[in-house]
Amino acid sequence: MYDLKALYEATSVANAIELLTAHPEAKLIAGGSDVLVQMREGRLAGKELVSIFKLDELRGVSTDADGTLRILPLTSFSHITRDPLIQEHINVLGEAVDMVGGPQIRNIGTIGGNTCNGVTSADSAATLHAYDAIMEITGAQGVRQLPIREFYVSAGKVALSHEELLTAILIPKKAYEGYKGHYIKYAMRNAMDIATLTCSVNVKLSADKKTIEDVRVAYGVAGPVPMRTPSAGAAAKGKPVSAQTIEAFGEAAKLDVNPRTSWRATKDFRLHLVGELAKRGLREAIKLNGGEA
Amino acid sequence: MSVGKSVKRIDAFDKVTGRAKYTDDLCPKNALIAKVFRSTVAHGVVKSVDVSAAEKIPGVIKIVTCFDVPDIKFPTAGHPWSTDPHHQDVADRKLLNTHVRYYGDDVAAVIAENDIAATQAVRAIKAEYEELPFVLDPLEAMKEGAPQLHEDQGFKNNVLAHSQSGYGDYEEAIKTPGLTVVEGWYHTPIVQHCHIENHLCYAYEEGHKMVVVSSTQIPHIVRRIVGQALGRDWGSVRLIKPYIGGGFGNKQDALYEPLCAYLSTQVGGRLVKLEMTREETFVSSRVRHAITYHITTHVKPDGTFVAQRMEGFSNQGAYASHGHGIVAKGASAFSQLYKSELATKADVYTVYTNTPTSGAMRGYGIPQVSFAIESHVDNIAKKLNLDPIAIREKNIMPVGFVDGFSKNENYYPSHLQCIEKAKAYIGWDEKKKQYANETGPVRHGMGMAIFWYNTAVWPISLESSSCRMVLNQDGSVQIQLAETEIGQGADTAFAQMASETLGIPLEKVYVVSAQDTDITPFGTGAYASRQTYVGGFSVKQTALALKERILKQAQEQTRMAPFNLDIIDGKIVRTTDGRVLMSLEELATEALYSLTHSEHLTAETTYQIKTNAYTFGCTFAEVEVDIPLCKAKLLNIVNVHDCGTLINPALAQAQVHGGMSMAIGFGMSEQLLFDEKTGRPLNNNLLDYKLSTIMDHPHLEGEFVENPEPTSAYGTKALGEPPACSGAPAIRNAILDATGVAIDQCPINPHVLFASFKEAGLL
Repeated sequence: MYDLKALYEATSVANAIELLTAHPEAKLIAGGSDVLVQMREGRLAGKELVSIFKLDELRGVSTDADGTLRILPLTSFSHITRDPLIQEHINVLGEAVDMVGGPQIRNIGTIGGNTCNGVTSADSAATLHAYDAIMEITGAQGVRQLPIREFYVSAGKVALSHEELLTAILIPKKAYEGYKGHYIKYAMRNAMDIATLTCSVNVKLSADKKTIEDVRVAYGVAGPVPMRTPSAGAAAKGKPVSAQTIEAFGEAAKLDVNPRTSWRATKDFRLHLVGELAKRGLREAIKLNGGEA
Repeated sequence: MSVGKSVKRIDAFDKVTGRAKYTDDLCPKNALIAKVFRSTVAHGVVKSVDVSAAEKIPGVIKIVTCFDVPDIKFPTAGHPWSTDPHHQDVADRKLLNTHVRYYGDDVAAVIAENDIAATQAVRAIKAEYEELPFVLDPLEAMKEGAPQLHEDQGFKNNVLAHSQSGYGDYEEAIKTPGLTVVEGWYHTPIVQHCHIENHLCYAYEEGHKMVVVSSTQIPHIVRRIVGQALGRDWGSVRLIKPYIGGGFGNKQDALYEPLCAYLSTQVGGRLVKLEMTREETFVSSRVRHAITYHITTHVKPDGTFVAQRMEGFSNQGAYASHGHGIVAKGASAFSQLYKSELATKADVYTVYTNTPTSGAMRGYGIPQVSFAIESHVDNIAKKLNLDPIAIREKNIMPVGFVDGFSKNENYYPSHLQCIEKAKAYIGWDEKKKQYANETGPVRHGMGMAIFWYNTAVWPISLESSSCRMVLNQDGSVQIQLAETEIGQGADTAFAQMASETLGIPLEKVYVVSAQDTDITPFGTGAYASRQTYVGGFSVKQTALALKERILKQAQEQTRMAPFNLDIIDGKIVRTTDGRVLMSLEELATEALYSLTHSEHLTAETTYQIKTNAYTFGCTFAEVEVDIPLCKAKLLNIVNVHDCGTLINPALAQAQVHGGMSMAIGFGMSEQLLFDEKTGRPLNNNLLDYKLSTIMDHPHLEGEFVENPEPTSAYGTKALGEPPACSGAPAIRNAILDATGVAIDQCPINPHVLFASFKEAGLL
């Protein structure tokens, strides 16, 4: 039994916004794999819920006319992983969300919920940052777009007002075309775990596969919100594919992060992993793109 | 005809189809719900409890606080009662406590119409505390000036007990010239059992009885403790134990049965259910004793141990529960697993701290002491540049050794036989060579460890088992024992034994699985890996008694002498010529419906066991260590056990797999953590507490050496706990072999590997 004051089921996006406006204390629920846990823990006990779970208009993956990949927020993790467009253009995202919890959670949990929680350890977060995702947000005033880096405000907080919904995650064509990425979830277990550190690296190589044309890396749990490490990118961009470049890339990544010591892990250990995972991620991404590392 | 065969579990069908009834399945849906309000300080005195807001919540029936409960302290340990006051368990807690001793202690209880009202009420209760300084570490707790937990009961400096054991004159022995001294400190963590079914129970009054249905391993013991805690006659308490979803020792304790029963009395005997959450189970049931060991060995250059010294400091937590038995059992292992030439001396302490109460957990101190001993032995081998197996073989308990206290005898070279089998399975010699000179970032290693264990608790405590058998019209029997099915397959093993001795087919044996203390014969339940050993005696004795009665009845019906008759495959057979005279069904039907001599054929006997058996084995492990990633991957692991004759090889395998899994978690990932500043538990949930998953295990290989135990009714001895004992040090020793880094604490998780590799200069 859940300590639930009321459940309002939205019939459309517009109706969801109306319901949220009418119930200023209500919490939005999608798959429920986080909300219901928090309700049981007491943090959301006694709350009203507005459910968008039945809005099939918010499910699925497609491409816009300009080639932008449009990922709708209620798409479950398991559907993301198996989606042909995802597999073709940004397979690393499918691999990343395949590391969430266990099979049951991946069937019910949604990518929108994963990002809107604003949690730094979310398995989709590092990859969406590394691919410069754009968040499409719908409110009473209409639709607005925000780069994902501005969407994550602080731990547990995203740039959504109470009456707004995330209605799509967009990956522009130039952000994915020619890139191949690799995701590493560093955790204490091989399943059913929360990450100690996550790292997503993607790379674009020259035609002869000898030069790194572009490289992007992002981390989860290296700070209160997921983050890109531009110094690492700078250290490897335009450089030859070589062990030396990979080494420099890993060292540079450490310059941009500021992890903290908590009972979950020490700062020293996280910093060590930031460098190590960057190198391993880059090496794998180069291989995926046909390079030799 | 059935013992030794891998027959299907007799409860398999009901369990896989969901028909088997567990406590919550049986609880009527109109039960009132009880929840406990817990202290948010690690140590303090409750000054007041404000329940005014909580009482106003709709659905709340009654709130009871620590100021309301009877002034009775009671023991909780699932030990047989001792009629000698000096050997009784320590009684140091009340149903609810004003002096709270850990973060999560029981302060008040709410009874409400439903779960939500009870939860809301618990959140609405406010308590005021006089906060006291707290201590989380046993060595700190022993110091002068440390916070005192049970000084009022005479436990100075928090020492619940201290004992000394060993042989020879240690101080003289270490004067022997030419010895190398190897010394080390070894630490094991607080871990939790993590049985799937959290503890729950429900209670109501009926007639003059308090009826408690509980997820417990030890119904007759809990009956006694509920009586003690409530100040009731023991016979006025009826305890029922249905199927349970695991216990691993946590349910070898009275947990919330006394409080639940008391709460029922506070609402006129109405039905009250108390179910722990997972978060509560981690903190407010029982945990494994974290133990710190200090071991010093004086050893000859050839690896012969001359003298050994051990000190052990066991973290008891807030209340006594099983207390000193755990670290004391480890001290026995220390002085017996290896026999020093001249002397062994052990001092062990059990110390109260402001952490959750430690109780029984699979292995009862042996996983902890095995980690210390077996890590230490590999440290010695490394220092003397000796082979780790050779040094063990040189010092191991010899065949023929008899323990003066228990009279246990080592009948076979079990350890050496187990080691040979494990070496062959894992390819020890070849892989040791193959991995010898690795230098890269990813290295491999082989490790092994052995363990000492003994079955059951004689002569420290009572060992007694009672059994009842009733013959039905169709020649089938019901059997009842107080030894409990807790998932290990005890009912199946008992059925196989009964089938074997009675001479009837297995499918004709019905085991009454649930225990009901008003109906079930007396016995003390599942613990100490004793069910097949202890239960075997009463099953055999009772089966023989029933058989004698059946053959006497057969004499009446066939005119043949009983000594010329036998029961074979459910038939009465004349042994002189092998002729089948009648079926058991015909005999039983006639016996019950005879117009001249109707007879209800039953037998019920008690067997008091005055023996106990050693049980030995080993674990061999192969690891791959990725040094920059600070991760150790277990590639291969094998346990080999000598638990005597196997009653059911498939069930024995399953038992070994479960224990190996626990050992892997103990060695590599599990640990309950506390905030140093407040004593608050940090990771009391299954996300943050790193219980390993199927994805973290390699194939688990269990093998056996079957030396029949001469003292046993069916040649069998302990297997329940032993599989959890030697895994962690074997993995630790494999990591040492791979990296050269000796890590003297567990769990050896990536955090520990990072710090250790940094210190060793590998990172």
